[in-house]
Amino acid sequence: MLKILKYSFYDLMRSRWSYVYFLFYLALGFVLLFLNNDLSKAVITLMNVIIVLVPLIGTIFGVMYFYNSKEFTELLLAQPLRRSTIFLGQYFGVAGSLTLSLFLGLGIPFVLYGLFRSEAIFNFALLLITGAFLTFIFTALAFNIALSNENRIKGFGYAVLLWLFLAVIYDGLFLLSLIVFEEYPLDTFSLVATMCNPIDLSRTLILLKLDISALLGYTGAVFKKFFGTDFGLLVSLLVLLLWTLLPIWRLAVKSRRKDF
Amino acid sequence: MKHTLSYSKLLFFLILIGGGQFLMGRTITICPTCDVSSIKQGIASAMEYDTLLIKKGTYNEYNIVIDKPLTLLGEDYPVIDGEDMGEIITIVSDNVTVEGLFIINVGTSYTTDYAAVRVVKSENFLIKHLVLEKLFFGIYLEKANNGKVYHNKIIGDAVDEYNSGNGIQLWYSHHVEVDRNIVQGTRDGIYLEFSDQVTINNNISSDNIRYGLHFMFSNDDTYTNNTFENNGAGVAVMFSKNIRMRNNTFRKNWGTASFGMLLKEINDAEIVGNTFEENTIGINIEGSNRIDYTRNDFINNGWAIKVRGACYTNTFKNNNFLYNSFDISYNSKVNDNIFKENYWSSYTGYDLDKNGIGDAPYRPVKLFSYIVNRTPETIVLLRSLFMDIIDFSEKVSPVFTPDNLMDSSPLMQKTE
Repeated sequence: MLKILKYSFYDLMRSRWSYVYFLFYLALGFVLLFLNNDLSKAVITLMNVIIVLVPLIGTIFGVMYFYNSKEFTELLLAQPLRRSTIFLGQYFGVAGSLTLSLFLGLGIPFVLYGLFRSEAIFNFALLLITGAFLTFIFTALAFNIALSNENRIKGFGYAVLLWLFLAVIYDGLFLLSLIVFEEYPLDTFSLVATMCNPIDLSRTLILLKLDISALLGYTGAVFKKFFGTDFGLLVSLLVLLLWTLLPIWRLAVKSRRKDF
Repeated sequence: MKHTLSYSKLLFFLILIGGGQFLMGRTITICPTCDVSSIKQGIASAMEYDTLLIKKGTYNEYNIVIDKPLTLLGEDYPVIDGEDMGEIITIVSDNVTVEGLFIINVGTSYTTDYAAVRVVKSENFLIKHLVLEKLFFGIYLEKANNGKVYHNKIIGDAVDEYNSGNGIQLWYSHHVEVDRNIVQGTRDGIYLEFSDQVTINNNISSDNIRYGLHFMFSNDDTYTNNTFENNGAGVAVMFSKNIRMRNNTFRKNWGTASFGMLLKEINDAEIVGNTFEENTIGINIEGSNRIDYTRNDFINNGWAIKVRGACYTNTFKNNNFLYNSFDISYNSKVNDNIFKENYWSSYTGYDLDKNGIGDAPYRPVKLFSYIVNRTPETIVLLRSLFMDIIDFSEKVSPVFTPDNLMDSSPLMQKTE
C-alpha cells in the first residue's frame, strides 16, 4: 500500500494541479495578511474560504484523479496486489498531497507574518486540522462516487451534487426546519444537525473558538457549552474522524467486490 | 438677600478652587501622634470653614459625620479604614470639600447602602482626588445639588450584582459635575436616578459588572469624552429625556448579553461623535423617539444597531459603519426612521457622477438579520455559504426586509 501511496503522491506532486492549488493558497495567505496584518482576523476570513473551497476541491480532484488513473489502476489490478491496498493507496496519495498543499500554502505566509509569536496559533492549528479533515472526508466521498459510477459524467455530476448538498442545500433545509419548528425548543436539534454535516461542524468549531461566538446569543451559549469544552471538541473531532473512516471503509469493501 | 448669599458662596468656591493652598479659617492638623489623632475629634473641635489637614497614616474610623462647612485635606493619601463596619464619611452640611484621602473597607449590607462618601441634602460640595478601594457604594450623592466630583479613583472588587454597589451614585441630585473619575470593578460605574442637569465628562468607566453609566428617570444630562470599556454593558439610558451624548468611546463590551449602549424609552436625545468598537451590540434601541445619531463610528461590532421596536422619527446621518457583522437589525417591516449620508463599509455601489454619494441606495438590513430576529436559533448558520447566497439575492431584490429602510444617499468615503 505504501508503495502505491508513494507513487500516487509523487505523481500528484509532479502534476500541475498540486502546484496550482498550493500557489492559490500561498497567494491567498499572503494577500490576506498583506491587506490585514491581524492574524486572528485573517483566520476568520480564511475560514470562510476553507469551509467552501476545501470540500469542493477535494471532491473534484478526487473524482478527476480516480477517472484519470483508471487505466493504471486496471494495470495494477492485474498484479498480485490486494485491492484495498491499491485503492487506499491512491486515496491517501491524493488526500495527502492536497493536505500538504493546504498546509504549506497557508502555513508559509502565516509563519512569515509571525504566527508563532501570536495568540492565533491555536485557532490557526484548528483551522488547518479541520481543513485536513475536510480534505480527507471529501476525497473519500469522491472516490466512493467514482468507484460506484462507471460513467464519468454521472460521477462528476454526483460528486458536485454531493458538495452542493453539504455546502449549501443542507443549510437551507436546516434553516427551513428551524423556521418551521420555531415553536419548539431547537437547541438539541440544531446541535445534532450541525454535527451531522462535516462542513457545518467545522464552521461551528472554528466560530466558537473565535470570540465572534458572543454573537450567537442564547443558542451560542448552548453550543459553547458543548463545543467549547474539551469534551465537545473531542466529540466533534471524533465525528469528523467517523466521517473520514466510514467512506474509507466503504471504499475498501466496495473495491473488494467490484467487478472490473 | 438670597442673591448675596449665593454670590458669597460662589466667591468662597472660587477662592477655594483658584487659590489652591490659600484657605479660609484655621487649619487643624490631624495625625496619629498629634493632639488631634482622629478625624471625628478634628471635626468636633473645628469651627465652620476650618481646614482639617490629615497627615499620612491609617485612621480606623467609620460613621464620620461632617455637619459644618469644612475642608478635609489629606496629605500623602492618609488611609481611612472603615473595617467593614459601615459608612465612612457622611456629609450633611453645605460647602464641604473632601480631598486627597484613601478610603478602604466600606461595610457591605443587604439593607443599607453604605458608601465611602455620602453627601446628604447639601450644596456646593467638592469631592476630589479620593482613592476608594474595597467598597460597597463609592460616592453617593443623595438630594445633593451643585457640587463637583472630580478626579477620583474608585476601584471595586464586585463579583455579583446583588451584593455590590455603584461607584458614583446620584439620587435626586441636580446640577452636579462628574469629571475625570476612574471607576472600575463596581456594579454600575456611575448611576443616576432622578438627577437632572448633570454633566459627566472625561471619565473612564471599565470592568463594571452591570453598566458603565446608567441613567434612570434623569433628564437634560450631558456626557462627553468618556470611555466605557469591558463592562457588562457600556451605558444604559432608560426612561430619560434630552440626554446629550457626545464623543464617548464604547469599547469591548463583549458577551452574550452585552451592548455598547442601551436606549430604552429615550426621547429627544442627541448621540453625536461617539465611537462604538467591538461591542456585541453597538446600540440597542427600544421605544426611543426623535433621536439624532450623527457622526458616530461603528467599528467591528456584532450588531452595530439593533432596533427592537417602537422607535420612530430617529435620524441616522453621517455615521460610519465599518466591518460590523450586521449593520442594522430590525424586527418589523415598518420603518419611520431616516438613514441618510452614512458610510457603509459593505456598500458595493458606484458613483458615476463623482459627487461622493453612491448612485444606488444601500439596504442595511440583511435578510439573515431579519431571519435571526424571527428565529434566534438560526444564528448558528452565521457565515455559511447558504446565508451569503440568500443575502445576496435579497440585496438584489428585497422581499422580506422593509423596502423603505435604506440609505438612498450612501457616502463613498468615510466621514471624519
